[in-house]
Order: sequence, then C-alpha cells, then structure tokens
Amino acid sequence: MKRKLNVVDYIIIIFLLLLTFSCLVPILNTLAMSFSDKTSAALGKVTFLPVNFTTAAYQEMFQDNRFFTAFGVSVFRVLLGTSLNLIFSIFMAYPLSKSKKEFGCRNIYMWILVFTMMFNGGLVPTFLVINQLQLIDTIWALVLPGAVNVFNTIILMNFYKGIPSALEEAARVDGAGPWTILLRVIIPLAKPSIATIALFAIVNHWNAFFDGKIYINTPAKQPLQTYIQALTVQLSPQAMANMTPDEIIRKMEVSNITFNSAKAFVSMIPILAIYPFLQKYFVTGIVMGAVKE
Amino acid sequence: MRNRKDQISYHIMLLPGMVLVAIFSLLPMVGIVMAFQKYMPAKGIFGSEWVGLKNFEILMKYPDVRNVIINTLVIAIAKLVLGIIVPVVFAVLLNEVRNAGLKRTMQTIVYLPYFLSWVILAMMFQNMFSYTGMINQLVTAFGGEPVMYLISNTYFRPIIILTDVWKNFGYSAVIYLATITGIDPQLYEAGEIDGANRWDKMIHITLPALKGTIVLMSTLALGNILNAGFDQIFNMYSPLVYETGDIIDTYVYRMGLEKLQYSMGTAVGLFKSVVSFVLIVSSYKLADKFAGYRIF
Repeated sequence: MKRKLNVVDYIIIIFLLLLTFSCLVPILNTLAMSFSDKTSAALGKVTFLPVNFTTAAYQEMFQDNRFFTAFGVSVFRVLLGTSLNLIFSIFMAYPLSKSKKEFGCRNIYMWILVFTMMFNGGLVPTFLVINQLQLIDTIWALVLPGAVNVFNTIILMNFYKGIPSALEEAARVDGAGPWTILLRVIIPLAKPSIATIALFAIVNHWNAFFDGKIYINTPAKQPLQTYIQALTVQLSPQAMANMTPDEIIRKMEVSNITFNSAKAFVSMIPILAIYPFLQKYFVTGIVMGAVKE
Repeated sequence: MRNRKDQISYHIMLLPGMVLVAIFSLLPMVGIVMAFQKYMPAKGIFGSEWVGLKNFEILMKYPDVRNVIINTLVIAIAKLVLGIIVPVVFAVLLNEVRNAGLKRTMQTIVYLPYFLSWVILAMMFQNMFSYTGMINQLVTAFGGEPVMYLISNTYFRPIIILTDVWKNFGYSAVIYLATITGIDPQLYEAGEIDGANRWDKMIHITLPALKGTIVLMSTLALGNILNAGFDQIFNMYSPLVYETGDIIDTYVYRMGLEKLQYSMGTAVGLFKSVVSFVLIVSSYKLADKFAGYRIF
C-alpha cells in the first residue's frame, strides 16, 4: 500500500536535503574558489559558482614543483604505510585469534597490545624516541610508529575467529601448518575485512599532516597535507601574538586563496577516487568495529 | 611435537610487530620519567636531576593550565553530546524517507566530510568564516555587521563544536541506520493497526530500538573526554583565541615541541594519559556491563 506524501514528509525531506547540501558546501566553495579570479575570491564574491572563470590557479599549480614533490611523497607514504599496516595486522591477528589452549602466550600478547591502545607515553617522549633513533627526516618516521594498528588487528582477529574451524581442521588433516593455513585458508576468506582496513589505512596515511610537520624538516620530503598546512598557516602563532587584529586581517587577505583552493581540491581527488570503495566496505568496517555481538 | 612447532610459528608471526610496539609505544612510556625530572637533553634521562612532583606544582600555578583543562572539557563534552544527538536525529528522519534512491543519495553524501582531512577542511572554513567570506556575505546581506569569527572568543568554540559535529554526523549515523534496518517491520505494522501515527512510531518503536546503541556509543565516547580534537583546533586556532580554544593537546605541543620545555610538556601529557586511561578502562567496563560489548 502506497501512502501519499503529506506536509510532514516534505518538511523532513527539505530538512534532510539542507543538511545533505551542507556537506557539499565547503567542497563546492573550494572548487568555485579555485576557478575564480583572485580579486573576486579575496573580496568574498565566490559562493558555489566560479566568478570570472579562470584556470590561472591550476596553471600556477602545475608550475609548482613543491606541490608535485609533496604529492609524490604522500603517494609513496600511502603505499609503504598501508602495506606495513596490512602485513602486521594480517600476521598478528592470526595467533591472537587462537584460544589460550591452542596458543599458551596469547593473553600476554593481547594484554600488552591492548595496554598500548589505552595508554601512551605522550607527544614529547615519543618525539624524543624517534629523534634518538635518527628517524627524523626519513619516511620511516611517518610509517613505522603507527605500523602496528592494534584496533585494526583486533577487528581482523574477530573476523578470523568467525571462520569455521572445520576449514582449518581439514587443512591440518592434509598436513598444513599455521603458515599454510593462514596464507591458503584464512587470508582468502578474510579479503573483505582486509580491504576494509586497507581503505582506512589509505585514508589515514593520506590525511595525516602532524607527523610530517614534526618529524620531517626538509621541505622536499614533506607529505602533501603537511605542505598544504604550512601554506594556510603562513602566520606563525608567535608572529601573530605581536600583531593587532587589524594587521592580522590584512595579512590574511593577501593570502593566495585561489591558488590554495586549487591545491586543496587536487589533494581531495584521491579520496574522492576511492570513495565508492570506501562506501562499499566501510559500513561493514564500522559495524564490525563497533557493534560486535 | 606438532603443537610445539605451531607455538613457535605463532610467536614468529607476532614478533616483528611486538618489536615495533616495544620501540614506539613502550619505550616512550619510559620517557615519562621526564615529568619528574628537570630534563636536560645533554644529560639524557639517566643524568637529569630528579625533582619529584615539582613540575606538577609549577603547572598548577599556571593560569593557562586551568583554562586549557576547562576548554578541553567544554569542547569535548559538547562534541560528545551533539555527536550523538545529531546522528540519531538524522538516522531517524532518514528512515522516514520512502524514496529509496533519494535516501541512498543523501546517505552517500553526508559521510563524505568524514574522509577529508582537517587541514583541507580548516582551509575551507577559514575562507568561509573570514572577514569577506561566505558567512559574512550572508550576515551583511541581512544587514548585520561582519565579524572575524575565527579570532573571536565568542564564536570560536561554537564553530569548533559545530564543524566537528558536521564532519562526523554522517559517519556516526551509519551505525544507527544499521540498527534501524534491523527493526522488525511487523512492529510498525502492529503499531499502525493500533492507530499509531508517525510520531508515536518514532518515539515508541524506533527510539527504544536505538537505546542500546545510543548507550553503547555514549559509554565508549567517555574515553575521549580529554580528546577535544587536536587536528581540527591546531588548524583553526590562533593566539587570539587561546583563551577559549587552547586544549591540552595543543598546549602540550607548544610547551614541549615549540618552547622545548620537555619536562613540562611530558608532565601535562602524562596527566592526560593517566586520566584518559582510567576513563577508557571504566568506559569499557561499563559497556560490557550494560551492553555486553567486548572489543576482544
């Protein structure tokens, strides 16, 4: 039976549409900014459509080597970082998915890992450790500290636990050891879960800026988000502390909005490109992580 | 003998990861002793002078510290509360939309901001809230005076809270939508036979069905009460709004890595880690007790 839409339905739909549209506003605004001329952008004339359409910002961007270097660093970081995340999660989750009877030390490992998830040394000691290890200014400072993601490992472990043990027993009868079972039986079955954590790892690595800011000093080695972050905050807090609000306003106005918007938009493209996959897997991902029965 | 071989394999599978955990998670915990020292980089943690709780005593006297803790709590709690209410309302209302295509489209769009970085979003918001930005264009169009929102202590906190809720509500709503999908349609049909209208069904069927999930999500969120959102605030604040927007994490960063006050930075960080640890453990205990939720 089909019900006719009444006023309440329309109010709900309009409200939801506004809310949904709000999620597109900043993206549309940035895109419009990137295709507008500098003066209009600085005067705030741009909302959702470009004013005085121009591709000047993009032309300028294509001449900017720093941007592409940073883009390349980020791509490399995502590849290396995600691979490490996956390797550690896949291998560590397997012994942890065993019961205490099957693997005697299982709980000791589990407690250490869970403890590191709940308690950490804090920013300063972590920074000093990485400094001591001479990882500063290397890609390793960006990928190694987070290489073991305990939360993802637990998600995967829970998935492994759900695989019927009959499959594993059958493989054992055929003479397979833990390595063969993991590689030949478990991993092929866990592909969707692995895809989920891979996508999350990609997004996390792509979006991270802070580690690049504190661990990488050489501009040419900084990842994209760190580079963009430095563009927007041209005014250091120390410099700003000594300026009057008027001076700060003037300083902010001369910042290159259209150019920065173009870079911001291009930096979103990889995320938009994997968005359909994210959608496919992340619902299962959150549900796995949050409402495990 | 088979079993012994398996055990060794299991250890080998865990070992490389455990080495990294030892270096990057456990070793920094040793560094915590700096909080009780007058740490000098040249002398290292073994040669630096021990000062007991003096660093904490000094910190207690800083007016900033009190402010920073208040800011952290106000911002985090507001985000937590709205971060539950908004997604629940969105999910419940979305459930009322009959058109499946429209429903799916809206759902697809709302979780997009979750995947964008705060660096990019902060840049967008700086444009939007700037003196000549979109928001001020709107304000002046209605005859108002333009405001520098992001350097105003009146507006900074609300903007931080709202933009964070905006970024995350679509993502959080997924869990509530999953729960709603699981509601037995017969319940609604039975309700209709009893003469329930849309409102009655929302209040008496949908919301009670979500109660468990809401309780669970709120409990788990408790562990984040000292996380007011470093990435967001770091990219949106300025010295002009330290009064209302400086939080523990940004304070630790400036103290420890900008002013190079290693001991003080570590001490504030330790305070946060200890309180958070207690909160996380309690929240897991509560979640287990009330919702039977166990992460491992």
